[in-house]
Amino acid sequence: MKQRKRQEFQKLISRRTAILGGVKFSLFAALAGRLYFLQIEEAEKYRTLSENNQFNFQVLPPVRGRILDRNGIPLATNKDNFRLEIVSEQTKDVAETIKMLQEIIKISPEAVERILTETKKKRSFVPVLVSENLSRKEVAKVAIQTPYLPGIKIDIGQTRYYPFRDLAVHLTGYVATISQSEKTGDPVLELPGFKIGKSGIEKSFDSKMRGRAAQRQVEVNAVGRIIRKLPGEEIQMGRDVKLTIDVSLQSFSTKRLAQGNSVYTPVDDPRIQRALSEGRNLPPGTDPVNGYVNIDYRGNVLAPESGAAVVMDAFNGEVLALASTPGFDPNSFSSGLTAADWENLLSNPRSPMTNKAVSGQYSPGSTFKMIVCLAALEAGVAHQETKVQCSGMIEFGDSRFHCWKKDGHGWLNMVGAIEQSCDVYFYELAKRVGIKRIGEMAARFGFGETFNFGLPGENRGLIPTPAWKRKTFGQAWHAGETLITSIGQGFILCTPLQLAVMTCRLVNGGRPVSPRLLQNENRKTLKTKSLQVNPQHLRTILKGMDKVVNGPQGTARKVVNRNMKFQFGGKSGSVQVKRISLDERESGKFKNKDRPWHERDHAMFVAFAPLKAPRYVASVVVEHGGGG
Amino acid sequence: MKIAHSETTKLPLTYKLKRINYGLIILVTACCSIGFAMLYSAAGGDVEPWAQRHLVRYFVGLLAIIILGVINIRFLFKGAYIFYGVSLMLLVFVELAGEIGMGAQRWIDLGLIRLQPSELMKISVVIVLARYFHIRSYHEIGNPLHLAIPAFLILLPVALVIKQPDLGTAVMIALSGLVIFFIAGVRIWKFILLLLGGIALVPIIWQFLLEYQKKRILTFLSPETDPLGAGYHLMQSKIALGSGGLYGKGFMQGSQSHLNFLPEIQTDFIFTMLAEEFGLLGGLLVLLLFFLISCYGIILSFFMVSKFARLLTIGMTTTLFLYVFINTGMVMGLLPIVGVPLPFISYGGSALLTSMTAIGLIISCNVHRDVIISRFSDEEA
Repeated sequence: MKQRKRQEFQKLISRRTAILGGVKFSLFAALAGRLYFLQIEEAEKYRTLSENNQFNFQVLPPVRGRILDRNGIPLATNKDNFRLEIVSEQTKDVAETIKMLQEIIKISPEAVERILTETKKKRSFVPVLVSENLSRKEVAKVAIQTPYLPGIKIDIGQTRYYPFRDLAVHLTGYVATISQSEKTGDPVLELPGFKIGKSGIEKSFDSKMRGRAAQRQVEVNAVGRIIRKLPGEEIQMGRDVKLTIDVSLQSFSTKRLAQGNSVYTPVDDPRIQRALSEGRNLPPGTDPVNGYVNIDYRGNVLAPESGAAVVMDAFNGEVLALASTPGFDPNSFSSGLTAADWENLLSNPRSPMTNKAVSGQYSPGSTFKMIVCLAALEAGVAHQETKVQCSGMIEFGDSRFHCWKKDGHGWLNMVGAIEQSCDVYFYELAKRVGIKRIGEMAARFGFGETFNFGLPGENRGLIPTPAWKRKTFGQAWHAGETLITSIGQGFILCTPLQLAVMTCRLVNGGRPVSPRLLQNENRKTLKTKSLQVNPQHLRTILKGMDKVVNGPQGTARKVVNRNMKFQFGGKSGSVQVKRISLDERESGKFKNKDRPWHERDHAMFVAFAPLKAPRYVASVVVEHGGGG
Repeated sequence: MKIAHSETTKLPLTYKLKRINYGLIILVTACCSIGFAMLYSAAGGDVEPWAQRHLVRYFVGLLAIIILGVINIRFLFKGAYIFYGVSLMLLVFVELAGEIGMGAQRWIDLGLIRLQPSELMKISVVIVLARYFHIRSYHEIGNPLHLAIPAFLILLPVALVIKQPDLGTAVMIALSGLVIFFIAGVRIWKFILLLLGGIALVPIIWQFLLEYQKKRILTFLSPETDPLGAGYHLMQSKIALGSGGLYGKGFMQGSQSHLNFLPEIQTDFIFTMLAEEFGLLGGLLVLLLFFLISCYGIILSFFMVSKFARLLTIGMTTTLFLYVFINTGMVMGLLPIVGVPLPFISYGGSALLTSMTAIGLIISCNVHRDVIISRFSDEEA
């Protein structure tokens, strides 16, 4: 009995042992299955992860190319940015080292706090920024003390620097930290703090000036310390961009444009002081620059004039100066701009961010009259001696069309009409030649054209045609609108650059030059094909422009100064921003000075010099400047 | 059938040496050789500081296997409670020394090796339980009161080891004890009851776990939540394994292992390095070796006459199996990370000693498989 029980018990143990063996076998099978899953099924995924672990990409940023003027003077360059970094594994006590450093250079308590938290967060061999944009003097002081500052490292970075500050900002543009949407996959763009061109030349030639970063694979261990550098590509430095701009002319133009007719006065002038003490805050955009403000003849503080100026070589199209005011200091973008400053820039009614020379669209005003003349001459509907009597206005259709001179100019020939900018004369020409031929002539002289010469944001302007009007407004073209167009008002729009191009083509004998901004560009031989304009007709126009400045009745005779060493010709223009009502016309209250700034006329001027053998042309637009 | 050996029978030494399972020793030698190679690789191609010592320990262990193999199991049977008592005292001793010293102390420095009492306990607990169940009849085992004592014999060291804290070893002691219970014939429904009770106790045990232990378990449950924190080791281990592929990256070419992405490659994560460098084939080879060792033990146990020998053999086989399963399961992400080494391959004196002892005891049981051990009672064989 017992014997049987014992045997049964032995069988039980054997059975249980067999079960255990089965369990172990299935667990081994599970291990093998898991190993298979990890090493075969998911091998690809883990292999990638392993390589990511093992290799890091290191990107060495290239130095950005400079922007130079025609004489090699830099408009945008790179400045050494001395920075102090601390490596926490090289110092016993970070706080102690920072305290020592504070005796040499200024470090704000907030900065100290940031440094301490960052050194705790980052791995001990990763340098943490302590301070940047140090002066050479400060660096020298720190350098001498380095034995007593364990862990402190001096690092030289590069910061974009614009020596002419706001004077050429619309040419150079500015650089700023890249935004997420601008990333193209170039690894250099992924670098923290990498800056790219956001406007102007910096933007349009960004890839050329950026150069190519060197990518280097480095083998790292688990904590990210570099074990081995693998051979990689070399850095390709950014290339310089040399412009046709003459920086002294550029500076003069910008300053002169901003100043306008106001007087540049130091802030400590008693009148300014009084205005400030009386609690009259300076209007926006009038902040003192270098301790100076602009004031008008009544002593009011003025904002810098808002406008644009272009100076070009009439024969090869080189742009010598291209100014737009007001501007801003592009250096502030390199060192970081506060949100408030940015907001100010955007909200300023004089739009400092816009390059008005290429983007600003204005009606050309009387500066368009040369095109109307030329259209009439070329069409054969008028000649040099065509005479028209101006009585101050003409009636056409149901409307009256006024001349700017209420009492009229009397009998005028073409040169006289240009000299005195008689509106009635051009109404008459317009009636004869028609809108179609005016538009065609305008197009031949650069209106409605973009030149793609290297600045972003070029606007096309507008040459109005009956077809255009029907498409846009669904209305027929009125003959009266032809008259309005003939004096450069109404729908027609152009940019200051187009005005300069027009003047170039007028004074160079009808050669179709286009603006150029890059000096090392392959000098294209000028298109031999001319605009097919009779040179005799052009001479008539230029004679008129001569009289505008130098004639006894010229609209711009006041600008000539006896001391001037050279003579020039030109044409003024003023563009109504607000329609003058009949009431106002009769009461005579439409003088510009009496109206608020934004209702005043735009002032235009195009000029060429020297008078006898024109070489350089200029166009100037002063927004709400009051009149040519 | 051979002659039944009475209690007084003494087997001649040459007879014993002949009956030693050299196949088992060959398997162990193969594992140790792999261990030597991996430790050489772990040190970046140097026998220092691990491989050379591992080799020395292997030879010492080999000697121990032979000596244990020829020792009469009746001696083990009689000394079971003494071994257990000594192991328990040593455990208490490190507990006290640990309180005097700093942090978790798990070992006693004997100069040559640092002895971990918890490792000794893995063996002692099996021996003492084998003895306990040897003298209990099937009828007695049915009585819950008779199960209280062996349960206590398990729980006491488990509690001490958890307190060290060494979760892996505690789990191993508890599981090998449970396996003895199972083989000894404890009713299945009692295990089910224990399982349910255990589940109910989980929230309470959770309270007693240390922060890092909780974290490891949580990490095991969802490793991707914290790839640079607690889940880091597991993630890196899986990357190492996965990137090894079928054939591996080659000897000493494991980038994960050699660039410090893996912690403790010479001990806990040595299997990861092996599978990274030798791929699925290498990993499967190692698993196969351990599977053969397991099979060996289980098959041998069927031919043993005494219950003591059977239980001891199964217990030792299970201990080895648990080492392998917990270690490889943990590096593969099947189990939480609980510092358990891989027998014969990982570096470490205590673990190697335990594993060798286990093999030695299995061999001893086999050598003495025909020896009958009386129950000290009235019963006649």
